[in-house]
Amino acid sequence: MKKILFALAALVACQVALAGVNIQHWVSPSGARVYFVESSALPILDVQVDFAAGSMFDPAGKSGVASLTRSILDLGAGNLDENAIADRLADIGAHLGGGADTDRASVSLRTLSAPDKREPALDILRSVLTAPRFDAAIFQREKTRTIASLKEALTRPDTIAGKAFWEAAYPAHPYGRQSEPATVAKIGRDDLLNFYRTYYNAKNATVTLVGSLSRAEAEKVVESLVGKLPKGEAPNLPADPQLPKGETRRIAHPAAQSHIYVGLPAIRRGDPDFFPLIVGNYSLGGGGFVSRLMKEVRDKRGYAYSVYSYFAPLKQPGPFQIGLQTKRSQADEALKVSRSILEGFLKEGLSPEELEAAKANLIGSFPLRLDSNKKILENVANIGFYGLPLDYLDRYQDRVRAVTAEEVRQAFARHVRTDHLVTVMVAVDKP
Amino acid sequence: MMRTLRLRHLLLALIAPGLIATAQANPFEATLKNGLRVIVKEDHRAPTAVQMVWYRIGSMDEVDGKSGVAHVLEHMMFKGTPSIGPGEFNKRVAAAGGRDNAFTSRDYTAYFQQVPKEKLEEMMSLEADRMRHLNVDPKEFAQEIKVVMEERRMRTDDNPQAKLFEQANAIAFEAHPYRRPIIGWMSDLEHMTAADAREWYDRWYVPNNAYLVVVGDVDHDAVFKLAEKYYGPLEGRASPPRTPPAEPPQEGIRRLVVKAPAELPILTMGYKVPVIRDVAKDVDPFALEMLAAVLDGHEAARFGKRLIREQKIAVSTGVDYDSNARGPGLFYLQGTPSEGRTVAELEAALRGEIARIQKEGVNETELKRAKAQVVAAQVYKLDSMFAQAMEIGQMESSGLSYKDIDPIIERLQQVTADQVQAVAKKYFGDDTLTVGVLDPQPLDGKPRRPAAAPRH
Repeated sequence: MKKILFALAALVACQVALAGVNIQHWVSPSGARVYFVESSALPILDVQVDFAAGSMFDPAGKSGVASLTRSILDLGAGNLDENAIADRLADIGAHLGGGADTDRASVSLRTLSAPDKREPALDILRSVLTAPRFDAAIFQREKTRTIASLKEALTRPDTIAGKAFWEAAYPAHPYGRQSEPATVAKIGRDDLLNFYRTYYNAKNATVTLVGSLSRAEAEKVVESLVGKLPKGEAPNLPADPQLPKGETRRIAHPAAQSHIYVGLPAIRRGDPDFFPLIVGNYSLGGGGFVSRLMKEVRDKRGYAYSVYSYFAPLKQPGPFQIGLQTKRSQADEALKVSRSILEGFLKEGLSPEELEAAKANLIGSFPLRLDSNKKILENVANIGFYGLPLDYLDRYQDRVRAVTAEEVRQAFARHVRTDHLVTVMVAVDKP
Repeated sequence: MMRTLRLRHLLLALIAPGLIATAQANPFEATLKNGLRVIVKEDHRAPTAVQMVWYRIGSMDEVDGKSGVAHVLEHMMFKGTPSIGPGEFNKRVAAAGGRDNAFTSRDYTAYFQQVPKEKLEEMMSLEADRMRHLNVDPKEFAQEIKVVMEERRMRTDDNPQAKLFEQANAIAFEAHPYRRPIIGWMSDLEHMTAADAREWYDRWYVPNNAYLVVVGDVDHDAVFKLAEKYYGPLEGRASPPRTPPAEPPQEGIRRLVVKAPAELPILTMGYKVPVIRDVAKDVDPFALEMLAAVLDGHEAARFGKRLIREQKIAVSTGVDYDSNARGPGLFYLQGTPSEGRTVAELEAALRGEIARIQKEGVNETELKRAKAQVVAAQVYKLDSMFAQAMEIGQMESSGLSYKDIDPIIERLQQVTADQVQAVAKKYFGDDTLTVGVLDPQPLDGKPRRPAAAPRH
């Protein structure tokens, strides 16, 4: 970011410099990796603590442990019951947030930075991280609620399609194991305690802070938050996912629209092919209203309101996916069009105009990725959690700029192999 | 720029020491000769800017048989002018490193671009161009109306909750156009023509029926000049008079049931309530906002605490009240009962919470807590230029002013426990209540097995 920061500083002499992201990094005495961005423009402090404790670590047959552990974490901790936590946070206008995805469990705090607000808010965060109670009665209640909401979600065509897609794309990898009412039903309170003890430790934690705080204060805050966590170990990862056999799953559902997903496991975070892939994907289906998929599927044919493609790099190769929804009578036709756009793209690659347009947007829009504390927090937490280089943001625009059409073609050929594509269609009639 | 701004504040303070609070210059405002109002809020934290153009025209201005035309026109606004081809608008924004979109509500239609600040001028030129020079090409329309129908299928037809709210709304209001869905009834979309969209555009898309909001790392004078340059030449024209039918008083409870494929029932209860019309004089809308916060404004609020966590009668709850609207207000209580509990039990529990406040009022601690949320939210909002522009735009859309933002916060801070109790007593009677229930249906159309047996 330094280069950009100087360029901007020259343009706007008295900029309150949120535009430059100066990341301070250290390892806390307890072993947590810390990423700190000082920003005093607003009286706000954001803290996010990430653990490698996502659903990929769910015990076999008990999908849902990671998510349930995270959601019960802040429902009673230390000498505070769940109502006391909620009351105290509300009294000072602070919010606890976060959740669990495939890779990580996050606990985030947004608070006003005045000490009389900040200190009690941090006290609560510390209790939640280091002394969650996992009360038996609350565990039962939340388990019941989780099952109810899963049952509800699994009546929705988009949820059904999403679940089926991950199962088909990752048949033998934890990414493919999705929570169901039956797997959650098998979870006991002990599973949560074990999961918490195994994964919520200092070695496995990344702490990101953005806001109105000095470095010295930040160091103190971090140690007070994670100093009491057990040192622990970073978890072992399962073997990388294998590429699935190409297949199409058609699932019956009464909805008016078919939900269609096409894709496969593609890249991990930090893969050098990331930049060619995002440049290429911008033209294929990532670039909002201007992508090939949008033009052909939506603008020309009126098949869909939403059609897109993306790469979701994860700790282990995350998916490439094309998604759309369309009136069920034209589902097969819409799929055919999307597939042929993908195949054409893989064969021909980007035109010079497309390459230029993709770069112009990705480079030009860079300031928009960092124009609030919230966005900075998200970016820096990603850098920290996935161990990306500290100059990742500094070099982002240059790396986009350097991408060639040939690199795009090769990267797509390496990561999007059509014979391994899985296709899921929900709400279609039997062929 | 920051420095100039500070000096200006200082100057004001010296001249009129008594007026510091009200005379705070940022946002800045100007009106062009053609009637376009321009509101600029300088925020120099990052080198970006957001432009929004708001038209005082929404689905409530439609007539029966043409529902959805405001939103369809919003889609058509991306289909080109004599100087910008179809799809070219998005292309230009993308090339500028920007993001753009638009949204239609009951009260307004708005268009925005978020861009690096040096691209703001180009965005203003593009947005001004389509304010008066849109092509509504029948071929483009024929494709785009299909997209809108897909949007309707996605948002409403296949979404049981949205379907319930659409139909509950259509029953809660009999005469007022709020009864129509923003996206339009499917049959109206099927019959809509390019001429309908064209007519809508010609009638309402004029500078004097719009306002421009810019928030970002900009100089307000420079933005005013750019506005003059690009929007200034557009001709204003008096808008036709609007006399939306008034909603006759509701004189008895209304109930409806919607059946849709789902697992769990949903209950929604809408009460007719007032909205803000006069910031200085109104009391009830502010008290209603506080009532909403006490009931369901945060994790510690009553619904979550009592109905979900203690009594376990609901798996989720919600309160929906917007005190800022052109039309009449509704105060919705919502929820989904826990497995083994009925919709009737949940309805009784929601009513019970209102009855408790009618009888015992609210305590000072929880009122204070609700107010703390309001104050903190105002600070957090400053972290987003987009949120600040939205706040200004929405405030203006209902006939209030961005200048009312701070006074409204003050009014909310002044709400007393007695006032909250008073509105709970005054507006929550059965005679103005509409109750909607989603009756979940099995996906395969076969009768449901007993609740105890797993269905999947």
